[in-house]
Amino acid sequence: MAVTIYIPASLQPFTGGRARVELAASATTVGEALAALWAAYPGVRDRVMNERGEVREHVNVFAGSESIRFTGGLATPVSDGGEISIIPAVSGGSEFPSATL
Amino acid sequence: MVVTRSVSMKDGDVLLLVGTMKGAFLLRATGARSRWDVGGPYFPGHSVYAMAYDGRAGRRRLWASTTSAHWGAVLRSSDDFGKSWTNPERATIKFPPETGASLKQIWQIQPGRADDPERLYCGVDPAALFESHDGGETWTLNRGLYDHPHRPRWQPGGGGLCLHTILPHPRDTSRMTVAVSTAGAYRSDDGGRSWRTAHRGVRAQFLPDKYPEFGQCVHKIVQHPSRPDRLFLQNHFGLYRSDNAGDSWYDIARGVPSDFGFAMAIHPHNPDTVYILPLESDQFRCTPEGKLRVYRTRNGGASWQPLTRGLPQKNALETVLRDAMAVDTLTPAGVYFGTRSGRVYGSRDDGNSWSLILEGLPPVVCVKAAVIGEPQRASTARPRRPPRGGNRKVTAPRRRAARSTRRRAARSDRKT
Repeated sequence: MAVTIYIPASLQPFTGGRARVELAASATTVGEALAALWAAYPGVRDRVMNERGEVREHVNVFAGSESIRFTGGLATPVSDGGEISIIPAVSGGSEFPSATL
Repeated sequence: MVVTRSVSMKDGDVLLLVGTMKGAFLLRATGARSRWDVGGPYFPGHSVYAMAYDGRAGRRRLWASTTSAHWGAVLRSSDDFGKSWTNPERATIKFPPETGASLKQIWQIQPGRADDPERLYCGVDPAALFESHDGGETWTLNRGLYDHPHRPRWQPGGGGLCLHTILPHPRDTSRMTVAVSTAGAYRSDDGGRSWRTAHRGVRAQFLPDKYPEFGQCVHKIVQHPSRPDRLFLQNHFGLYRSDNAGDSWYDIARGVPSDFGFAMAIHPHNPDTVYILPLESDQFRCTPEGKLRVYRTRNGGASWQPLTRGLPQKNALETVLRDAMAVDTLTPAGVYFGTRSGRVYGSRDDGNSWSLILEGLPPVVCVKAAVIGEPQRASTARPRRPPRGGNRKVTAPRRRAARSTRRRAARSDRKT
């Protein structure tokens, strides 16, 4: 089973410059596919996930065209030939709240 | 495409590390501090709330905490004055899984005592202290503070629940004071194993109980290496001094336009001289009356004088945040601060007069100063005796370096 993961430009320094990574691992969920990605490119993990094992607030992960926030999170199934995209959320580009001191 | 400029540093040069909401900058001058070269932006798009220079054990190392709203917070270092920075694959500062916490931001990077050059500390949000015993390679959470019984009831302030001030005692290796907004000041006398409050007498104006066991909103504490048990504290309303390492505090806000503010710095050689930058109030966090005034005490807080020469005194509604004021170690001392409006001001005469060093930056959140090649404030540091005869004289840490850098300044410094 092959899964393709698309890597945003800002994380490509941690994938040897690769914009897409094809995993031959037998991943059946997004979480398993990402775990295989972390194993191959560990630098991506701490940027996408926090210490609690959650996808960071301003990072979106899509399985196909659906955000996994609405499809079961990391348990979202992936099929053979499926595609996963890691995309920085538009909300993350702003400054912190003005009260941030 | 962002173009990053570099600076070249030499021993005797003064370095300002300026962290902003959208990247970091390095400002370099000779010991004359008359003209500044600017390097950066480093980490464009990332907020840089903490920077530090570690000159211990022959190092020339810069530290920066970078926070991407997308990708989280990472601690980075540079051994070539910003030409290259580490970008560790695995974040070195992480909460242990059993805490259930995740790092939001690194607020403070504090090199340890000079006689313990492998030790560094970081203060973070959510409020916690991390320690490194190997020069910053690996970090561990200080469990004594993290497991403090008060902790579940600490409340975040406007900037989050942050540990922003770390003061290792320069002589007593078992003692350290930290400050958390909003929790207060905590001190350890056993090397960090246990902590107790150190804010008795500090008023919490925003709580029904004005003197609670904890919950004070301490904005900044400063300590002088020659007199480390006397501390000065800028509170969320309130300006205080302690003469017993924080066991008790008394109010010293006489002669200031407001006792609200964030920034505070202590003179490098005179433990009686402290600088603050008062703001109107927590409801209007700008300089009172539109005047940008640094206030200085030279008698340990008995009285304060406004320092205005060279600072705008009309239409200057500025905000200076808690880590955005610093001093260098030359004589006379350089004093520096950055504003949320992206300006950096400096004085090279103990604060008597000021000039605009740089403007047009993103909001400034951190300013640190260092003299390159000079041993950092040491555990046994004594105040350097000021020179006789006026405050125009500039004494660099090494006379030969100073002469050399002044000659270079005259030849080639480029004003920015």
